[in-house]
Amino acid sequence: MKTHRYKILLFLLLLQFVPGILFAEEAVTDSGTTAWMLTSTALVLLMVPGLALFYGGLVRTKNVLGTMMHSFVAMAIIGVLWMVCGYALSFGKNALGGWIGWDPGFLFLSSLDNSITSAKIPEYVFAMFQGKFAIITPALIAGAFAERVSFRGYCLFITLWSLLVYCPLCHWVWASDGFLFNLGPKGAIDFAGGTVVHISSGVSALVAALYLGSRRGYPKTAMQPNNLVLTLFGAGLLWVGWFGFNAGSAVASNLDTARALTVTQVAAASGALSWILFEAMKHGKATSLGLASGILAGLVIITPAAGVVQPLGALILGALASLVCITAISIKNKLGYDDSLDVFGIHGIAGMSGAILLTFFIRQSWMKDAATIAGGSWTTFQQLGVQAAAVLITVMYSALITWGLVVLVNKTVGFRLNEKSEKAGIDQSTHGEQGYGLLNLN
Amino acid sequence: MKLITAIIQPDKLDEVRESLIAAKITRITVSRVSGHGQQSDEELFRGQTFTPNLIPKIRLDIACNDEFVKITCDAIIRAAKHNGGKVGDGKIFITPLEECIRIRTAERGGGAI
Repeated sequence: MKTHRYKILLFLLLLQFVPGILFAEEAVTDSGTTAWMLTSTALVLLMVPGLALFYGGLVRTKNVLGTMMHSFVAMAIIGVLWMVCGYALSFGKNALGGWIGWDPGFLFLSSLDNSITSAKIPEYVFAMFQGKFAIITPALIAGAFAERVSFRGYCLFITLWSLLVYCPLCHWVWASDGFLFNLGPKGAIDFAGGTVVHISSGVSALVAALYLGSRRGYPKTAMQPNNLVLTLFGAGLLWVGWFGFNAGSAVASNLDTARALTVTQVAAASGALSWILFEAMKHGKATSLGLASGILAGLVIITPAAGVVQPLGALILGALASLVCITAISIKNKLGYDDSLDVFGIHGIAGMSGAILLTFFIRQSWMKDAATIAGGSWTTFQQLGVQAAAVLITVMYSALITWGLVVLVNKTVGFRLNEKSEKAGIDQSTHGEQGYGLLNLN
Repeated sequence: MKLITAIIQPDKLDEVRESLIAAKITRITVSRVSGHGQQSDEELFRGQTFTPNLIPKIRLDIACNDEFVKITCDAIIRAAKHNGGKVGDGKIFITPLEECIRIRTAERGGGAI
C-alpha cells in the first residue's frame, strides 16, 4: 500500500515538469491527514530540544551548554541544508546508479508550492516532516563524543554526514525507487527509521568515539551527570515527540496511525519497566537514569517495527530492548572505549535488534500480502534475510563513510578539542557562557 | 596547622585538582563563589559584551600541617596560572588554624587533618 502511494506521489510530481499538462481540477487535501501530519511535524521537532535536555543533563556542569548546542545547532544547520538540497538528494529520482536521489526542482523546495501528495497532504508538510528526521539523526551522534569536540568541527561533520550518509540512506529506504524500499516483496521493513535514523547514528557514533578517543581522565575519573532532572525532562519530551515520529510515519490519519501509536506507547513503557526491574534485582535500587534509558531503548526498538507488530509483540520487543542495551553497555564498560552517552549502546544496539527481531512479530495480514506479491509464499526467514541485508548494508555504509568524514574533519578544521579547552569546559572555552549563571550572586 | 584558602578561576579547577593530587594533597573542599579583584570579565549575551559586577570563582579550602603549606601553595600556583600569569588568576590566603577535629573519632590536632 505504501509503495503504491509513493508511486502516485512520484507520478504527480513528474506531471508538473511536463509542459502543457496542467491539473484539470484543483488537487484536494485531506484536512484530517494534513492536520495530523502538521502535528507530527511539530512533535518530531520537539524531540530535538528533548534530546538536548536528555544529553545536557548527562554531562558535567562545565559542558552543559556545549552539549545542548550540539542538538540545537542541528536544527539550524540541517534546517537550512534540508531545504537547500537535502530533500532533493533524499526524495529525488534515482541518480548515480541509485546511490542518491536527485531532482533539481526540489532544490530550495521550489517545485513544492502547489504540490499535493497522493496521501492528500501538501508536499510541503511531507518535506518538513522528513526534514525533522534529518535534523535529529546527526544530533543523536553527538552523545558519543560529548564533552570533547570542537564546535566548528562538529558543525562541518554534521553537514557532511547529513549529505553523504543520511541522504543516501534515506533515499534507499524511503524513496519509492530506493533499492532497500524495493528489496523483497514488500521491501525491507523500516517503518519510522530504525536503519536510517538509529542504526546509522549509532554505528557512526561508535566509529567517531573510537577515532576521537576518550575524554581526558576517562574511565578513571568519575564523570557524573550534572542534572538528571534535565535528563528526565528530556526523556519525557522524547517519548511525547516519538508519537509524531512513529505514528506520523504512516503519512496518514487512519488505522495504520493508530497501530503505530499504540505499539509505540507499549514498547516505551515495557522498556522502562524492564530496565528498572533489572536494576532493582541487580543493584537493589531503581534509578531515574535507568528509567529514562529504558524509555529510550523501548522507543528505538519499536521504531522500525511500528507498522507491522501488534501490542503483544511491542511488549516483548520493549523488554528485549532493555535487556540487550544493558548487556551492550556493560560490555562497553569492560572494553573501556568512551561512547560517552551510550549512543551506540542504545540507538545502535536497540535499532539493530528492532530491525532484526521485528521479523518474528509481524502481523499475519502483512505476511499474507507479502506472499501474494511474492507469488505464493513468503516466510518469516525470507523476510529475516531482507532485514539482515538492510541492517548489514546500513552498518557497513555508515561506518565506512563516517570513518572517512571524521578523519577528514579532524585533519582539516580539527574535530577533537584541544586539551586546554577540554579542561576548562566547552561552555567557557567555546561559547564564552555558563549554563548555570543563575547561581552567580549578581 | 594552617588553613589555605585559594580563590581561582573556574576553568582551572581540573588542573589545580590534578596538580594537588600529584603533590599528594588529597583533602580538599571546593565551593562556587562570586567576587572580583582587579580583573573584569566579559561575557557574550545575545551579541553584546557586558561586564558583570561579580565574577564566578572557585574557592578551595585546604587544612594542612605546617610542613605541607609550601607544597600545597606551589601546586596551586603551578596549575592556576593562565599563560604564565594573568590578571584574575586568583589569590591564596593562609591563616593559622587553631584546631582540627575528625568527627568520626573525635581525634584532635595535626593527626586529624
